[in-house]
Amino acid sequence: MITLGHYLVVSGILFTIGFAGVMVRRNIIIILMALELMLNAANLSLVAFSRFHVDPTGAPNYNAQIFVFFIITVAAAEVAVGLAIVVALFRLRQTTHVEDITTLKF
Amino acid sequence: MVLLLPLGSAAVITLFTRRWKNLSALISVAAVLGSFICSCFVFMRTDISAPEFTWIDIRGVFNVPIAFVLDDLSRLMLLIVSGVGSLIHIYSLGYMRDDPGKSRYFAALSLFMFAMLGIVLANNFVMMFIFWELVGFTSYVLIGHWFERDSAAEAAKKAFLTTRIGDFGFMIGILMVWMACGSVVFDDVVAHFSKITSNPGYLTIAAILIFCGAVGKSAQFPLHVWLPDAMEGPTPVSALIHAATMVAAGVYLLVRVAFLIQASQTALLTIAWIGTITALLGALIATQQSDIKRILAYSTISQLGYMVMAVGLASNEAAMFHLFTHAFFKALLFLAAGSVIVALHHEQNIWNMGGLNSKLKITFATFAVGALALIGCPPFSGFFSKDDILALAFQRNLPIFVIGLATAFLTAFYVSRQVLIVFLGKPRSDSARGAHESPPVMIIPLIVLAFFALTAGFEVVAQNFLVVPHEKEASAIVPTLAIVALVVGAGSAFMVYRNREREPVHVDLFRRLFYFDEFYAWLIKHTQEFLARIAAFLDRAIIDGGAVRGTGGATFGFGSLLRLFQVGNLQAYAFLFGMGIVALIYFVIFR
Repeated sequence: MITLGHYLVVSGILFTIGFAGVMVRRNIIIILMALELMLNAANLSLVAFSRFHVDPTGAPNYNAQIFVFFIITVAAAEVAVGLAIVVALFRLRQTTHVEDITTLKF
Repeated sequence: MVLLLPLGSAAVITLFTRRWKNLSALISVAAVLGSFICSCFVFMRTDISAPEFTWIDIRGVFNVPIAFVLDDLSRLMLLIVSGVGSLIHIYSLGYMRDDPGKSRYFAALSLFMFAMLGIVLANNFVMMFIFWELVGFTSYVLIGHWFERDSAAEAAKKAFLTTRIGDFGFMIGILMVWMACGSVVFDDVVAHFSKITSNPGYLTIAAILIFCGAVGKSAQFPLHVWLPDAMEGPTPVSALIHAATMVAAGVYLLVRVAFLIQASQTALLTIAWIGTITALLGALIATQQSDIKRILAYSTISQLGYMVMAVGLASNEAAMFHLFTHAFFKALLFLAAGSVIVALHHEQNIWNMGGLNSKLKITFATFAVGALALIGCPPFSGFFSKDDILALAFQRNLPIFVIGLATAFLTAFYVSRQVLIVFLGKPRSDSARGAHESPPVMIIPLIVLAFFALTAGFEVVAQNFLVVPHEKEASAIVPTLAIVALVVGAGSAFMVYRNREREPVHVDLFRRLFYFDEFYAWLIKHTQEFLARIAAFLDRAIIDGGAVRGTGGATFGFGSLLRLFQVGNLQAYAFLFGMGIVALIYFVIFR
């Protein structure tokens, strides 16, 4: 029997992998992919909450699923913008490594 | 009208006629003569009242009208100031004939007349103080008339600063009176006088502070040092400002506020003693000077000391009487000295003169009249007024009387010395041998003043102008002693200085003016050094170090602290961000 706990554990593992990816990888494109992973971990937990949070008639709570749609939409937009920035950055610097992009430092 | 004529003339000269020197001079002389005629008119008629305006009116707190006081006192001063002033204006026509700064000179002289008449007429402390400062300013301009000479510029500065010290006290005194009585108008102060008498200590301090103003302006000890240096100015200025009128303003002020002073015994005693010390000090120093004008300057200080002494002995009449006669004979002496100086082509050292009695006959005669009046020889005016003061001192305070008598002896001594050296004996320089008499425009004022110096003391003449004090019947011993002092003084001067070529007596203490200048220089140097150190410390340590650098330093420190977080590494930011979120969640859920 698969319970809410299983889904949440998987979601937590996915989030941690995403977070670790953001922390340790040096390539901006990989970092963006790791960020997507973190967002999808959140989506997974939301869908799981929706599935297990039923009202007395047996229908699931659809609010969480609407949230997921929004997140997917925003994530798509974000990836578009993020990749555009990465392309522009690459044209300017010929690199996608974060160690080479430290001009914000005083 | 009396006031506006000189002011108008000063304005016209400054604005329009600076180029045409003679025209400026004529405008100024005409204005002061007009003012004199108006003064005479005011003096004759007692029913004239001046218009009154409100100048500053902060309701219920502070009210300063522009109004004039016309009582016997101010009418007399009006007459003296404008009368002596017009004679000196006329004399200046001759004395300043070839001076390049003639327009400036006459403009300043007119402005001075305006300010001086303003002091005399003011009916409240604030107006008086403003005119008082204006007089100080014009005096500064006139002393420094020959500003290209360093000594004149220095003297002007010294006069201004020294009198400012006194004026500061004067101002505080005015404020104290105003605080106590709630008014600065003389009449109102008299009306609310009981408010101030209830606190004798306060009253004494206020009276002495107001006296400070007089100390500065009338060159009393210890602020007398500026007056001899002021002799750097043109001689008519010395006569007008530093002998007859401005220095008398201090005495006039004291008489004007006599009601205040006489309510406090301590203040009276202080004033009397300051006057006495000044009289003695001035006379002692005068015996050893060799500049013809400086001798007169010290004798002025000494005579002003007499007047202040009289005020301190609570007799306004005696003070005003001496002021009245002194104005004539001292102006006369200065103008005669000026005539000598011009005749000898601006030679002022008495040891380069001599034998002038045959060449400058009229000057000699008038100078002699002035000198006799100054030493108090019986038929001349000085005798009567000085005798009054001495008689007063004899009745009220014996030590002061003794010192006053000693001063009278010294006065006779140094004046005789001056006359002997300047006019008698053999000429001691080429310019003295080639001297010739001054033009009539300078001689006529001398004669007029000599006439007054001769007659102003007689009761028949004097009582037309002021209340003659009657202290004489007290004893016949005072005039006798005074005459003895006079004869002894003149006689010893005659013995010592007859036919001398050089100064036979040397008293370094008197010659060096009791080391007052050195003392003040030392005092100022050290206090200033001290104050400057404190100011420098405050500026460097507290303002610069604390306020300015402190603000900057604090911002800078915060900045460098925050800079540690700005590593520029994307992952570091993300890590901090994540940790922040974790901390936030931790606090929200578990606290």
